[in-house]
Amino acid sequence: MNNNTHKVIPDKIPFYRDVRFLKVFFQILFVIVVILSAGFFYSNMLNGLRRQNLELGLSFLIDSEAGIEISEGIDFDPSETFLKAFWVGVVNTLKVSILGIFCATVIGFFFGIARLSNNWLIRQIASVYIECFRNIPLILQIIFWYAIMLVLPVVQESIRFFDSIFINVRGVYVPSLEGTAGLIPWLWYFLSGIIITIIVVLGLAAFRYFFQFRERHEADRPSFISNIIFGAKWVAAPTFLMATIVGWLLTPEVPFELSRPELQGFNFVGGINFSPEFTALLIGLAVYTSAFIAEVVRSGIQAVVKGQREAARSVGLKESQVLRLVVVPQAIPVIVPPLTSQYLNLAKNSSLAIFIGFPDLFQVGEIMMNQTGQSIPIFAMIMVSYLIMSLTTSAFMNWYNHRITRMGRST
Amino acid sequence: MENTAITQEVKPPNTKKGPVKWLKDNLFNTWYNTILTCLGLAFLFFVFKGVFTWVFTQADWEVIPANLQIFSIGPYPLEQIWRVSTVIYGLAVLLGLSAGIWNGLTRQITVAIGCIGAIILLLPFHIPVREHALIATVILAVSFAIGRNKDNWKRWVVVGWVLSFPWTMMMLHGFGAGTVSTTMWGGLLLTLILAAVGIVACFPLGVLLALGRRSQLPAIRWVSTVYIETIRGVPLITLLFMGSILLPIFMPGDFQLDKVIRAMVALTLFSAAYMAENVRGGLQAIPSGQVEAAQAVGLTYPKTMLFIVLPQALRAVIPAIVGQFISLFKDTSLVSIVGLVDLLGVARSVLGNAEWIGLQPEVYLFVAAIYFVFCYAMSFVSQKIESDLGVGKH
Repeated sequence: MNNNTHKVIPDKIPFYRDVRFLKVFFQILFVIVVILSAGFFYSNMLNGLRRQNLELGLSFLIDSEAGIEISEGIDFDPSETFLKAFWVGVVNTLKVSILGIFCATVIGFFFGIARLSNNWLIRQIASVYIECFRNIPLILQIIFWYAIMLVLPVVQESIRFFDSIFINVRGVYVPSLEGTAGLIPWLWYFLSGIIITIIVVLGLAAFRYFFQFRERHEADRPSFISNIIFGAKWVAAPTFLMATIVGWLLTPEVPFELSRPELQGFNFVGGINFSPEFTALLIGLAVYTSAFIAEVVRSGIQAVVKGQREAARSVGLKESQVLRLVVVPQAIPVIVPPLTSQYLNLAKNSSLAIFIGFPDLFQVGEIMMNQTGQSIPIFAMIMVSYLIMSLTTSAFMNWYNHRITRMGRST
Repeated sequence: MENTAITQEVKPPNTKKGPVKWLKDNLFNTWYNTILTCLGLAFLFFVFKGVFTWVFTQADWEVIPANLQIFSIGPYPLEQIWRVSTVIYGLAVLLGLSAGIWNGLTRQITVAIGCIGAIILLLPFHIPVREHALIATVILAVSFAIGRNKDNWKRWVVVGWVLSFPWTMMMLHGFGAGTVSTTMWGGLLLTLILAAVGIVACFPLGVLLALGRRSQLPAIRWVSTVYIETIRGVPLITLLFMGSILLPIFMPGDFQLDKVIRAMVALTLFSAAYMAENVRGGLQAIPSGQVEAAQAVGLTYPKTMLFIVLPQALRAVIPAIVGQFISLFKDTSLVSIVGLVDLLGVARSVLGNAEWIGLQPEVYLFVAAIYFVFCYAMSFVSQKIESDLGVGKH
């Protein structure tokens, strides 16, 4: 009786309810949909290209003269190729990104630490700075700075600092170091200084290792590597300094010369000139990103548990030692990953240069598209350039993260 | 016994409170803090002096009230403006009802918005603007009063919010003779629409991508990962440009897509990748025991995700998600590069007008202030939600 009311459970689950089957089935279905839609876009693209009488290919990059002017960066002549033009754009992007990252880091750390100051006023100033620049779109800031750059005084009435930094409507002029004839010999002395340092460090390490070999048992003998580190710690810097100073004294001429911008006629000669576009972009990127970096730094430092500081104080460390030995080493691993992504954001945001006409890789690419109509390959080049930047940076970040977390486990 | 030593009177620690004590503790507790305070005060003095002289004596603010209509709605035709105000009134009704029904944060936000309406009412704007502000504020207050303690209306209000989105779009676009094509949308209106569409659309897409990236099925995982990393690796303006330059090539010949919709799609696809990474962070924080327990009681994958994992994961990453919304809002300012006249776009077109030439600082500061108010409000609300939900207090 009882047995009859039970449903008979089949031995085999039907295939349409078997998880193993469904997994494979759905994936195949998914891949087919992806491939079909890719094929749809591909055939459309072929049709579209036929309509516009274009051929896909990269030969346009080197076949014809570019015929475009690029206002700044590496010297570029309109008779050179498109490939060279694109390279000029890439270098400009790298230049503004690297300088921007440097400035943003300095300003950001400054305000991040100021935000945690025990001085109420400084804390408030820092948070107003952060909130203001974080909550206004970057492009608006860049355009604003550019507008400011364009209402600066003319060349003859430049704003000047110490007669060496000049700011006017044509941009910012700062002194620069320029290599002279003495640079090459000095570089040789510099190189030999490095080699001598390495030899001395290795020699010292070998010497110490030899002595330990005689005196100590195997168990408590430090490794050769740790002897190298010991040597590097104590003799590397003095040896290197001495070698380079001797090189400096022996060089016939001074290797570098300070080149100051000077007003000659209607323009400045010497030094480095940052164009208004470059300056506006740099200020915008640095200020905007610094606000984010300040928050990263603040949260990194606050992530160190309060007890750590208190414990460090109670074992008698000075306030500077608490920071240097306890707080900072624990804050750095928290800070680095978001910091890297801020750097990446800055590099990508440098593409906003197109709004103010600074020839970065995106703007040069856009001009090239207008000139040649080859939008697909140029788009691919632009995207690949940015992807190379991001992927190398995130690969580095993953490696660093890995290292840090491993260190955390071993201690 | 020498208990005289013990009974010696020890003064209680100085627990005096007051402005002087506060100053001493927070501004002048050490010699370098005193120096810092003085430097800070000097800095503030010069900044304020410079800013105030400029704002009150040199700046020409005439440009703002003269172009207020352009800033708020762009080239939207004036005879159709009732569409915009109807939308605003509709949202005011919904907001008021919600504030009446739900306590806490919703009510605070509503009160804040009501205050903003009242402030607009008192500012020296043109009369029509103040009329609209008055009507909207009154509607808000009335529906708040109606909605009080109407707990059984909850479901209808939620339905109303869901429907408000398509309704807003239809209302603004209109049909028949009174159609306002999207090319006429502009100003703050367009900025808000772009941001709202982006936020509403990127959220589910981002959640799906995050689940896809953590899926056990390699095909789905790979496609999601490649998508997320590619999008995150390139700047937003590449996507916007792709929408305007490449899309015509990749679509069938006679296919035409509206400029505004292209920008919306680009913004959504872009933010979804970032959203996915934020959500993935939350998913990773959920202990695997939760999933195992859900499977043990027989929940299917969608149910496990929907009822067990996602509610916990999303709660953990609210700050990051709101941060993403804020940057989406700021990113809408880039659409002016593909020819849309959003808030920044109209600012630029106003400045291109010969009448207002050379007023860049005034106009840009005004626009910056608007963006700032919205972004700051969003981050403020996010902090409130965070503390209400007790995130990070466990």
